[in-house]
Amino acid sequence: MQRKLSLKASLLFIFLIPFMSMAGGDTPKTDKKSEIKAYIQHHLQDSYDFSLFSYTTEDGSHKYVGAPLPVILWDNGLVVFASSKFHHGETVAEVDGNFYKLYHNKIYKTDALGTINYDDHQHPTNLKPLDLSITKGVVMILITALLMFFLFRGLARSYAQNKGIATGTGRFFEPIVLYIRDDIAIPNIGQKKHMRYMPFLLTVFFFVWFLNIFGLTPLGVNVTGNIAVTTALAIMTFLITNFTGTKDYWKHIFDPLGDSMPWYGKVPLYIILIPIEVLGVFIKPFSLLIRLYANMQAGHIVLMSLIGLMFIFKSWLGSPLSFGLAFAISLIEILVALLQAYIFTMLSALYFGFASEEHDHHDEAHAH
Amino acid sequence: MEIPVMVGAGLVVIGVGLGIGRIGGSAMDAIARQPESYGKIQTAMLIAAALIEGIGFAALFAVS
Repeated sequence: MQRKLSLKASLLFIFLIPFMSMAGGDTPKTDKKSEIKAYIQHHLQDSYDFSLFSYTTEDGSHKYVGAPLPVILWDNGLVVFASSKFHHGETVAEVDGNFYKLYHNKIYKTDALGTINYDDHQHPTNLKPLDLSITKGVVMILITALLMFFLFRGLARSYAQNKGIATGTGRFFEPIVLYIRDDIAIPNIGQKKHMRYMPFLLTVFFFVWFLNIFGLTPLGVNVTGNIAVTTALAIMTFLITNFTGTKDYWKHIFDPLGDSMPWYGKVPLYIILIPIEVLGVFIKPFSLLIRLYANMQAGHIVLMSLIGLMFIFKSWLGSPLSFGLAFAISLIEILVALLQAYIFTMLSALYFGFASEEHDHHDEAHAH
Repeated sequence: MEIPVMVGAGLVVIGVGLGIGRIGGSAMDAIARQPESYGKIQTAMLIAAALIEGIGFAALFAVS
């Protein structure tokens, strides 16, 4: 009885702790909250420098650890300078008499004082030069491309040198390559045409997978959670689908009923059917890009919010709670990283399968 | 009466949840009946779930 009571008391105590820390000091807590929110927002965006972390020194100045990256602008001529000139958005960068300022992670052309003019909707009216900068995301994409190039060159070379047996890291990647061929490409596209699409499927699978995994490392990159990157990938799928489309694919879009109905029966149906089919051509890649973007973005937000809990609770309970939850979500995110790469490849293969399908009209006529 | 966009997005997510739940449940039933075609059922389940999930994300995307 004694033991039960003490257990109850300690349980009550544990549940009360978060409220105790919440009660103390209302104003700093909201500051902390908005600070964490701003931090997550910052992490989700691409940035002009590769900063790993920052800290505040004793005299109150921010210190950043990382490397600056080149900023490349087209402003009546090529303008190239290091992003360290911005000092993380704190100062105006001067290049050959032109002034540029970082404002909400975008580069604007300003005067020497860095004045930003606004219109009625609080949007800046300053000139925005064409931005071709090597940002953090671009660096990560280049690193992934190089990594993939060397990994798979090595795999290919080991086949040649070792009489068709993979060595080293190739042993890990060989079954995955075979899985994509035997379980994604062949069932969806068919034995005859799958080799035509294999290079794209393999590239997109490993590219998305590697970048998803890099997003979980402490490098703090968020490349596949960037809608521009996923849009580019989806546009590739879209172009390949439509440029390799067979006659039957286009016939399915513009004449889905075929010979099974006289023309006067088709006309009222096709007024509705053809717009839906044409829309479908665009919706397929659009859903691909939204799915990958939203999944990765959501994963990063959840993970960082859970880590942020540690700073909101400010008690000995907060850290283990936040660590445990963040650890569990991280494990799920590793699965999601693979799953999203798989889904992207799978659906691309499915769309390629639709596009390269050739009906055997002879058999179809008998079947009906 | 005007319904806020947030409520609409919430309704869409409820629908998506029900849909994916049904797909998962049906896949379980199918695997229980035919354990040998586990791989094929799982692939089909993932594709269908991914397609529905896309709609949920589109709804969340519309409000954000």
